[in-house]
Order: sequence, then structure tokens, then C-alpha cells
Amino acid sequence: MATRQTQGLARLMRAPAIILLFIWMIVPLCMTLYYSFLNYNLLNPGMTSWAGWFNYQYFYSDPAFFEAIGNTLILVLGVLFITVVLGIAIAMLIDKPIFGQGIVRILVISPFFVMPPVAALIWKNMIMHPSYGVLADVARFLGVQPVDWFAQYPLFSIILIVAWQWLPFATLILLTSLQSLDTEQMEAAEMDGAPAYSRFLYLVLPHMARAITVVILIQTIFLLGIYAEILVTTNGGPGTASTNLTFLIYRAARLNFDIGGAAAGGIIAVILANIVAVFLMRAVGRNLD
Amino acid sequence: MGQITLQGVTKRFGEVEVIPPLDLTIEDGEFVVFVGPSGCGKSTLLRLIAGLEDVSAGDILIDGKNATDASPARRGLAMVFQSYALYPHMSVRKNIAFPLKMAGVSKPEQDRRIEAAAKALNLTSYLDRRPGQLSGGQRQRVAIGRAIVREPSAFLFDEPLSNLDAALRVGMRLEISELHNRLKTTMIYVTHDQVEAMTMADKIVVLQAGRIEQVGSPLDLYLRPKNVFVAGFIGSPRMNLFSGAAAAEYGAMTIGVRPEHIRISGQGGKWKGRVGVSEHLGSDSFFYVEDTGLAETITVRADGEVTLHHGDTVWLTPDEGKIHRFDTNGDRI
Amino acid sequence: MARAVSRNTKIGWTIAAWAVALLIFFPILYTIITSLKSEQEAIAGFDLIPSFTLESYQTVQSQNNYWRPFTNSVILAVGSTLLALIVAIPAAWAMAFSPTKRTKDILMWMLSTKMMPAVAVLVPIYLIFLRTGLMDTRIGLTVLLMMINLPIVVWMLYTYFREIPGEILEAARMDGATLRDEILYVLTPMAIPGIASTLLLNIILAWNEAFWTIQLTTTNAAPLSAFIASFSSPQGLFWAKLSAASVMAIAPILVLGWFSQKQLVRGLTFGAVK
Repeated sequence: MATRQTQGLARLMRAPAIILLFIWMIVPLCMTLYYSFLNYNLLNPGMTSWAGWFNYQYFYSDPAFFEAIGNTLILVLGVLFITVVLGIAIAMLIDKPIFGQGIVRILVISPFFVMPPVAALIWKNMIMHPSYGVLADVARFLGVQPVDWFAQYPLFSIILIVAWQWLPFATLILLTSLQSLDTEQMEAAEMDGAPAYSRFLYLVLPHMARAITVVILIQTIFLLGIYAEILVTTNGGPGTASTNLTFLIYRAARLNFDIGGAAAGGIIAVILANIVAVFLMRAVGRNLD
Repeated sequence: MGQITLQGVTKRFGEVEVIPPLDLTIEDGEFVVFVGPSGCGKSTLLRLIAGLEDVSAGDILIDGKNATDASPARRGLAMVFQSYALYPHMSVRKNIAFPLKMAGVSKPEQDRRIEAAAKALNLTSYLDRRPGQLSGGQRQRVAIGRAIVREPSAFLFDEPLSNLDAALRVGMRLEISELHNRLKTTMIYVTHDQVEAMTMADKIVVLQAGRIEQVGSPLDLYLRPKNVFVAGFIGSPRMNLFSGAAAAEYGAMTIGVRPEHIRISGQGGKWKGRVGVSEHLGSDSFFYVEDTGLAETITVRADGEVTLHHGDTVWLTPDEGKIHRFDTNGDRI
Repeated sequence: MARAVSRNTKIGWTIAAWAVALLIFFPILYTIITSLKSEQEAIAGFDLIPSFTLESYQTVQSQNNYWRPFTNSVILAVGSTLLALIVAIPAAWAMAFSPTKRTKDILMWMLSTKMMPAVAVLVPIYLIFLRTGLMDTRIGLTVLLMMINLPIVVWMLYTYFREIPGEILEAARMDGATLRDEILYVLTPMAIPGIASTLLLNIILAWNEAFWTIQLTTTNAAPLSAFIASFSSPQGLFWAKLSAASVMAIAPILVLGWFSQKQLVRGLTFGAVK
């Protein structure tokens, strides 16, 4: 259908989306880059001056910065580990012949549709609250001292909440992949005398490898930007114990009104995200025929 | 009327020339089959005629009028696609009605033509179904129905039977031939199956790498293949082709003998060999004779009652009058 | 598995799967239960049987003016998705049916814009909103959410459109359809299921967006995500009320989500897993 009339029209139809996205991508990014080299504080806008690399140096010398990078990594890796391992297990469980598979799927997928602030509030108050949470009730029932999760294990608590939100996503994608596994292949392996664990190791896992990659990469992109969960539960604390890079930049911009510093942090975040993005683009690009 | 003339038609995709300049005339009412191995450009050629692709150079004339730049809809041709390309969201009736609706044909006239087409194609009881509820053969008939209601000046078929199973294919082949006998409309039919070509065509166009190797009636191609390629492509089982001393004896680089033109005997003959695999179809028997020193295997077609066994020594004698001789370029001598 | 499984095995797996599913669903379930309790009941310790009072729902609606953020959420989610569709449908259509050598690159580039961390452009967007008076307006946020979801919308539509066989459009062309007829009678009816799925998934994503909505609103344009985030402090101490507000914030989208499981996988993996 490559005729001349259609080509020109196609260009016209593509243009708005491309132009809009181009503006959306390039304008704010350039502004961020520009601001990152300014001494610019919203509380004192008259004192704006050229800062050179100062903002970057400042960010770099701030101990909170490295803690935030560390927290970001722990948060991402922790959630990835939990969601992938449990995701595989749950996907395989749901894939078994069970009664009410449809309802089980719906129950498992539900947390994904809960908006981040609600998820955080539910866990903070209903489940992990040191006096009124379900876990506290369980602790008292067992005769143990209830744990004050957000004070004692702030980062772990946030990992738990975020993992709960993303587990459905991992499970659903892995389940989709599992269901496309050729049953004849499994039966052939069974005929060949392969026990269940080697069938899992040599057939199921390699088959799911692609889906697992996709889960890891897509989740990473979202997990690098975790914000509302922290805002609602720990507000980054105690101290900076549960502050990730996103939250640190938010604090600089919105609470300290330090536009230059926040912009420099933003550029660092872009670099981090790009490293991840390169991998994702490759994995996804392969599927484009 | 449906005379189609191609003058120097060329198609390039970027740098690649898939169809070098090509001339061909298809007469009104002819059943022409484009045949060739996959990738030979036969479908591209059909799509150029249809107007679904732009020609890079050359002209396409339909009934003497230049249609090179006309849109597909204006050319007055109808096409049946390999995947049938039925509109999945429309009933059979609406599918068949679609071209009529597009042409602005009045409603009663639409109904009349749909009923007639449905009757001719045994689709009357399926008119209100969706394509998804039909079998492959039925879908095929709907696609044909959609083509015939337009009363086009020519039909284009793009490998229409390749998605059907063997038995249905033979049936549909007959139906399309009958349709042609009844309508007497020009038909251009693309296939890679030389049996379809031989059985249906008035005129066969053998293509390879975008080039026309030979144009002729089925019998023409069978009796007088112009070169080694056509010789090997037309006829089933394939013609035996071999070169070397046996060919030199006939003053040729390569000679070809069809399996049906070789006598097989246990007593004596020209070439000695050993029976490899044998296939007994009842009406005929095929023997794959090995160790002749001519080619890896020589295929021989014999009477159904001939029984020979694996490993039997046999002698082969070609029908001298039916040996095809080819020169160093592979062209017929 | 195509083979018969003994009843006992099936029952065993069923129990295990349901146990896991209920455990995962429990926080939501318990929130629903708590929302039906009175405040005293809610803090009285673990109890799965509420008194089925709707008092908390009434309180949330009367005291917190629940309907305003709810309306905002609907306008933002639906509005931004529709806007995105208007821009994306022609683009995806062109890329699916008239691909050029660069189509793949364009698609990858669109995807890459999705990788830009929101926080990287927080500063300029915040300042732009502040200076142009877009801060805390529905229109500003709607356009912003549209931009955020545009790549996903283009991608989803593209993968759906690409599944419409090109031969069908060619058939229409042979049948004498003009471009208008082709779009009206052939393409649109075949594309509607894909467009509907895209619409659904993006309403969900926009509804649940919780970074920009919190950053760029205060009261006027605040949708449910921002509204709920404000419960993190003192008011959050009212358990039943918090639960009721939470249930009201997630219920519509939860139900939509149940209907769009399949599209979710496809949309969020950019077609990499189907």
C-alpha cells in the first residue's frame, strides 16, 4: 500500500504527536539543564547568579545525596527481588488447574489499581500501625511487642508497600508468558524423564526469561520515581533514612525552594534513568519485527 | 472487456529492482496464470496491475486506456486475496455488498446481485453469518462473491487456494475454472503451484526473479519448454535433467527427459540402475532409480501394475523423440 | 495442561492459590471492612465483621467535600486520555499502515520520552505552571497528564492497528472505497476494540497518577490522589473515615481494572509481552 497519495497524508497524521512530544521532551529538559548552573532560590529570586558546577558539587558533597542514591538502589533492588521471585511462584500457582481461576486472578491483580497514596495509607494505618494495625494485633495475639515499622525499619516498610503494589504486575506478565509455554514441549521433557525441578530450570525459566527482563526493566523505571508512598508514610525520615533521589530533589525544590540544586539533582536522575533505559529499549526494540 | 497490456513495467524497491522492464499482453477473456517460485515477483506484478503498488517505470493499459496512475478503485478490477481479506465486522451479505455500496448501486439492484452471486457460490444460507463463523472454503467463496458482484473487467487472484487443505483446493480449482467458463471475464491468477497453473490456465506466464521465462499455453510449456528452468518447473513429477557424457551424446549441454517418457525394464535397455524408493499409486507407479551414473536419482513413471522392488537392477530407455536438449546457457536447442 | 488432573490435586492447588490470593487482597478487603465500621469499632482491634454503618462515607462526603476531588479525577483522567487519543490515533494509524524506514526509530524515541524521570523536569514544569497561572487548574494538569501518557497511547494503538491485516484495507481500496470510506466503514469498526482498551488503561493510569497531581494542585484542581495524600497527617487518625475515603478513591478504577487485565499487560510492556 505504498502509494504516493498515502505517504504524504501519513506524514501529516504523524506530525502532531511527534511535535508535541518533542517539545515536551526538549524544552523542560533544557530548562532544567540551564537552572542547574544557576544560584536560584525562590525565596530570594533577586540574588540569582551563575553558579557554574556549584550545584553539582553541593549535591555531590552532601552526605544525604549518597544516602539517597543508596536508598534508591536498595528500594529498586528490594522490590525487584520480591516481585520477581514471588511473581514467578504465584504465576505458576495460578496457572495450575484450580477452581475459580478468574476470581483468583482478579484478587491478585487488584493492588495494582490502588493509587499510590491510598496504598501507602492503607498499609501505614490498617496494617503496620504500631497500635491499631493488623500486624500489631497479630503481635499482641502472639504475645510479642508490636513493631513500630516506619520508625524502626522505614526503608523496609516502604519496600514492602511498593512490592505489594507491583507484585500483581509481575505476576500478570509472568503468567501471560507462562501460558504461552508449549505444553507439548513440557510433555516431551516429561517423556524424556526430566523431573519437575529440571523442567522448571531448563524449560520454564528460559521461556520466561524475556518476560522477566521486561518486568525488571519496566518496574525499574517506575521504581526510580517512587514518591507518593514516601510522602504519605515516612516523609523521607526518620532523618533521611527513607529518602530516595526523587524525594531528595522534591525536598530541594519544594521545601527548600532551591531551584538550582533541584535542577542539578534532576539532571543526575536523568543520567541514572538513561542507563536503565538503554537496556529496556534494546529488549523492547527486539520485538518490533 | 478486459484487455490488459504491460509496457516496460518496472518495479524497484529502493535500489533493488524486483521487476526489470517487462512487456506482456493479456487478451480479453483469457485465464492467465503467473507461476514461479516464491519471491519471483509474481505477486508484485499482480499488485502493480491492481494499483496497490506504484510502478517505477512503464505503463499499464487497461482496454487500451492508460491506467498507470489510476487508483485501484478506478481500474475496474476485482481482487481475491490470499488471506481472503474479508471484513470481519460485517456479515457475509454486507461483505459482498460493500463494493456495490461504494459504487453507489441502488439497494434493489444490490440485493439482486447478491442473491445471484450467493446462489452461484452456494452461500445463500450463510448470508447473515460473520466471516469468523465460516470454514476456509466458505470464506474463499465469499471473497469470490465480493469480486464477482462488481462485474469487473478482470479478476485478480493472489494465491487464493494456498490456505485451503488439499481436497478443498481441488474443488475450488474446479469452481474457479467453471466461473471463468461462465463469465468469460479476464482472470489473472497468481500461484506457485504448477499443477494449478497447468489445470486452469489458457496462458501461463512463468516468472523467475521478476523476469518472464516463457509465456504459452500449458501444453506448449510442457512440450516445448524454452529453457532448463521452465523444463524443471513445469510437470509433475519433475523432468529428469542431466548433463555430462549422456547429454553430449545428443549434442547438448543438458538434456531432459520427463518421467513418463522413460521405459523401465528388468531385461535390458539403455541405462542401467538400481531401484531405490518406489511409490505405487494404483494408477501409476513411480520409481526412483539410483546408481545410473547420470544424476543422483532418475524418476520414472510406469504403469500401475509394474512391480519392482528395492534393490532390483533395472534398465531405462528414454523415448528418443521426447528428449529435450539445452545449450550451455540453458536455452532450448 | 491438556490432561486430566485428579480431583484431590486440583483441590490442593485451589486451596493454595486462594490462600495466596486472599493474602494479597487482604489490605484492600480489610479497608473495605473498616470503612463499614464506626470509628470506635475501627480502633477496637482486629475484627472482620463490621457493623455495616455508612456513617464514615457520609462524613467524608459532607466534611471533606469528596465530590470535588472526585469530579477533578474524572475530568483529568477522561480528559487527558481523550486528548491523547485525538493526537495519537492519526499518528498510530499512519505508522501502522504507512510505515517508513524511520517508523521504528520514531516509536523507540517516543518510548524513550517515557523514560525521563518526572523529577528531572519538576523544576521547569513547576515554574512554568507558577508563572503562567496554570497552577492548580484542571486544564494545566489535563494537558500535562496527556503528554505523560501520549507515548503509551501511541504505542498501544500502534500494536492494535498493526494487527489489522493490511490486505483488508487493500481489499477495500480495490472495492472502490475512498480514503474516507476506508476509515469510516473498515478501519474504525475494526479498530474500536483496540481504542477502547487503550482508553481504559490510560484512564486507569491517569487516575492513579500521584506525582504531578500532588505537586501541581492545592485545592481547586486536586484530584483524589492529592486529596487522599492530604490524609497522611492528623485526619488520618480517623481510621474508618480514612478507609471510606480510600474505598471511594479506588473503587471505580478497581472495577475498570478488572475488565482490562489483558490490555494491561500489553499496554505496560509496550507490546513486548502479549
